[in-house]
Amino acid sequence: MSFLTVIDFSSLLQYLITGLTLGSIYGMTALGFTIILNSTGVINFAQGEFVMLGGMMSVYFMTALGLTEPVAVVLAVLGTTVIGALVERLAIRPVRQSPAINLVIITIGVSILIRGLVMFFWGKDTHVLQSFSGDTPIMFLGAAIMPQALWVLGVSAFLLVGFKFFFSKTLHGKAMLACSFDVKAASLVGIGVERMVLLSFMISAFVGAVGGVILAPITMTSYDVGVLLGLKGFAACILGGLGNPFGAAAGGIVLGILESLGAGFISSAYKDALAFVILLILLFAKPSGLFGQKDSKRV
Amino acid sequence: MSVSYRKDMFWLAGLFIVLMLTPTILPNNYYLTIMILGCLHAMIAVGLCLLVGHAGQISLGHAGFYGLAAYTSAYLSTTWGLPVELSMLAGVVLTVVVSILVGMPSLKLKGHYLAMATLGFGIILSILFTETVDITGGPSGFVGIPRLSLAGFELHRDVDIFRVVAILLCLLVWLCFNVLHSRMGRALRALHTSDQAAQAMGIDVARHKLFVFVLSAGFAGLAGVLYAHYLTFIAPASFGFMFSVELMVMVVLGGMVSVPGAIIGAFFITILPELLRAFEDIEIILFGLILVVCMIFLPDGLAGGSARLWAWVKTKLALGCSRG
Amino acid sequence: MGNPIFSCEHIGVRFGGVQALSEVSFAAQQGAITSIIGPNGAGKTTFLNVISGMVTQDQGTLFFNNQDISQTKAHERAALGMLRTFQNLEIFSNMTVLENVAVGCHGRFTLPLWHNVLRTPSSRRLENLVHDQALAALDFVGMSTAASSLAKDLAFGQQRLLELARALAAKPRLLLLDEPAAGLNIAETKFLAELIMRIRDSYDLSVILVEHDMDLVMGISDAIMVLSFGQTISHGTPVQVQKDPRVIAAYLGTDD
Repeated sequence: MSFLTVIDFSSLLQYLITGLTLGSIYGMTALGFTIILNSTGVINFAQGEFVMLGGMMSVYFMTALGLTEPVAVVLAVLGTTVIGALVERLAIRPVRQSPAINLVIITIGVSILIRGLVMFFWGKDTHVLQSFSGDTPIMFLGAAIMPQALWVLGVSAFLLVGFKFFFSKTLHGKAMLACSFDVKAASLVGIGVERMVLLSFMISAFVGAVGGVILAPITMTSYDVGVLLGLKGFAACILGGLGNPFGAAAGGIVLGILESLGAGFISSAYKDALAFVILLILLFAKPSGLFGQKDSKRV
Repeated sequence: MSVSYRKDMFWLAGLFIVLMLTPTILPNNYYLTIMILGCLHAMIAVGLCLLVGHAGQISLGHAGFYGLAAYTSAYLSTTWGLPVELSMLAGVVLTVVVSILVGMPSLKLKGHYLAMATLGFGIILSILFTETVDITGGPSGFVGIPRLSLAGFELHRDVDIFRVVAILLCLLVWLCFNVLHSRMGRALRALHTSDQAAQAMGIDVARHKLFVFVLSAGFAGLAGVLYAHYLTFIAPASFGFMFSVELMVMVVLGGMVSVPGAIIGAFFITILPELLRAFEDIEIILFGLILVVCMIFLPDGLAGGSARLWAWVKTKLALGCSRG
Repeated sequence: MGNPIFSCEHIGVRFGGVQALSEVSFAAQQGAITSIIGPNGAGKTTFLNVISGMVTQDQGTLFFNNQDISQTKAHERAALGMLRTFQNLEIFSNMTVLENVAVGCHGRFTLPLWHNVLRTPSSRRLENLVHDQALAALDFVGMSTAASSLAKDLAFGQQRLLELARALAAKPRLLLLDEPAAGLNIAETKFLAELIMRIRDSYDLSVILVEHDMDLVMGISDAIMVLSFGQTISHGTPVQVQKDPRVIAAYLGTDD
């Protein structure tokens, strides 16, 4: 604990960059949560596992199948997307009309199942994924930036822009938004709600896996990284206003930065707790989140 | 109304008898341990049943109350050297106080927000248990907790602890039945269906929600202190998010609104890992699979599922009879 | 004229950018059936929500039985003797008819919560009392035979009666009815009209009625207030209000 240390700029910048990097992943996880929440009203507790799968599958493809990193990474993302579709088909579609608590437990069960399968097949060890462009840090105003961090920021920004385009310009994207506002009305105008739900799970799995893949070189990956990540992603959703995709992304970044600053200046042991303390304060003060609209009823 | 209370009392009597006979049927200490744990889990589950099934709230952090009470009692009885009985009382009281402080702001929230608030609270406690090594012993746990003792008598034998725990469970179940058959039970069911109408009829919804929340936290606290002084060793891993999930599953499997169901659900979830232990490596996989399958095929819990099964059997028998 | 059982002054309510009610002052006389009418969107239900405490007013004061209830919470108003029904039925569908009505008694009796946990003799005595009062209310509306049916299994008209019985169980001083005739046919509405009058006489209470059905309103009201766009545009006896050109203009529009 070093309250009395003068806060030097380069440390601050370091923490900010770390926070931004981590926060981008929280944001992507939160985005995945939001997409599924918006089209089904379900909180997908298995979202964190999609992130984990991105990293772990990449490692598996490289070590067990000897594929090169770019190929392994792409396959891992595609593989996770397929798993997302399977989850929707097998575990969610049969019970879409169930009460919310049942759906919560199902997604928790799915996350346990996925974790168990990964642990069974690939063990409990932590694995390292090679950074995409090497490990030489880039010095910037006294702070050391890992090239991988730039990848994280770049890919996240690219995805975000892509989603903005998707939701506002493409027919499929607009259809998904319509589903999120009113499922009955959407189906009445001919939008295949079932297909939208499937698509939303696939997109969320895709986003999660991409996040996992670009994060794995920085934080290493193992079978249980998904749990806390998923929970923090959920927290980021609430931070940014439940149901708001860009609020979710922003909430993730805010959470990441606050967590990094907290870990740097206060204590790194409690940094995980910090995220939830912030969340609790926000829930008690302004539940609609930093960017949330007034409480809108979910169908 | 008093007719079904009598029915519930019969059930309670039956439970009491079955529990009291258990040590003679299962003299093996290993089975007894499982039964004790099952009873402790059932204590938490019945309180949670009132909160979730009847009042319609949600808590994904109840493991936190379980752990808070356990650690408090452990700490007071070892580091401060207080008598076990006093430490246990303090553990429960502290848990109740904390639940009031947490409950008041949290219960104003609904749905996903309430879930998140209780989740956050549970995780913060779980991290505190792990990180405050000086107080809790950290991830490797708290050792050397004195054995459970009542009125000065230390309970060496597992079978004695089982009897105490079983009696306490029956007491808590009695309290639950009392609540359900009272005007408070009616008020809880009313506010579950329509918050608005309940208010309009004069029910102080906030106070009722808080009362049930605190009651269920108290039950969890009682289970926690008993757990600590039974095992004489506790570790943060037992009080994390996963256990909170297991608690919710116990209630859901029990059919949400059924107190007997919650007890059955508790024993099922307690015994299941032991059954799965044979399949060591795939234990987690099976647990997740069972969760998913149960939720898909038994949406109204084990009780509902068995009721439907029984109805199906009856129609088959009726068809058989009408043909013969 | 008598003492107003309920009165309010300068009530203002704002929802975001919309002024739902402004400068609404109103009084309901003891023992009278006072109706609130107005075109759609006039703010009638909002006003009823303010009276019952579901919505907090931004400006103004409210008095019930000469007591200032401006800051009193909704459930406390019920305890004081103000009970209501809802426009979109808010029955407790998974409970029996009798249990639904028994809930209506909740506000009128106080019992510390812990009595319920221990099933004390006081709690059992109260339960018996509530049971009898609930049956009496059901009997009054003619539904005693349905006492053990599940509320969700009733026909719509019966569910409306159930809500009424629920509000009566606690022997209220003031009954607030929010569009009780909505969805009822002519025969049922006529039955409702007679029932409301009988309730007013037998229970010796006052009624504030929000309604669209003009036959019902004009037939049983002692006084009427007309709301339009959140403001009072007329009040008086049925005859006076019917003839008021402002009321006619609000409903039918004016010649240009």
